Amino acid sequence: MKRKWNWPLWVGFVVAVGGLFSYEFFAQFPITRDFPWANLLFFGIGATLLLVGLFRAFGRPQLYRGKIFGSIFTAISVLLFAFFAYEIFYVLRQVPLSAQAPRVGEKAPEFSLPDQNSKSVALKDLLSPNGAVLIFYRGHW
Amino acid sequence: MRSFQRKLSEFDARGVRVVAISVDSVDTNQQHSQRMGFAFSVLSDADAAVIRRYDLLHRGAGPKGIDIARPAEFLIDSHGIIRWVNLTDNIAVRARPEQALQAFDERHGD
Repeated sequence: MKRKWNWPLWVGFVVAVGGLFSYEFFAQFPITRDFPWANLLFFGIGATLLLVGLFRAFGRPQLYRGKIFGSIFTAISVLLFAFFAYEIFYVLRQVPLSAQAPRVGEKAPEFSLPDQNSKSVALKDLLSPNGAVLIFYRGHW
Repeated sequence: MRSFQRKLSEFDARGVRVVAISVDSVDTNQQHSQRMGFAFSVLSDADAAVIRRYDLLHRGAGPKGIDIARPAEFLIDSHGIIRWVNLTDNIAVRARPEQALQAFDERHGD
């Protein structure tokens, strides 16, 4: 008898891969960037489907396919999730302490730097009438 | 930065200048500002001297291991005194313009 297509394994794997590669999209919105809810939801749905598929494949192997490729899909998904968690919960949090950064109530260190039109701009030129917001960022290189 | 551009009129209305600083070159900043439509000053601190002075250097975190700035935002008053600071502990999480506007408004009693 021909065994049945074990669709939860395929769908679960695709959803898990989507969980990793959709981060760039969800990182555009503060609510899904500050904590990666959407991506974790993808991984959760993917894991559930893969488990259902594996139960079918190993529990009723005469009826469902997928013992070998299901195991491979699951292993790859676990690795993708481990990579995602490492990047999001470890690498992105490796920020210097900046213990000597100027604090509230202190005078902002003076500077003079060229702007995007090569015009030199000093901090004191930026403070009228009501001050300035300085945004230090990593850059686009 | 895009979010600050979107709220630029609210900073203008309060008389607060928006200024961005990174190690990017003037050329990169010019191209990027044009592409993104940034109407505020984007300053080039190519040797990271100012970034160092503010203790915001992230060693080796840029391409080919160059030193860059870690994300940080400061609200400075007209006398040059810092009134609000945001030092994130997660590179992906930056200050939103609303936070800086709120810090300004609280100080000016609206």
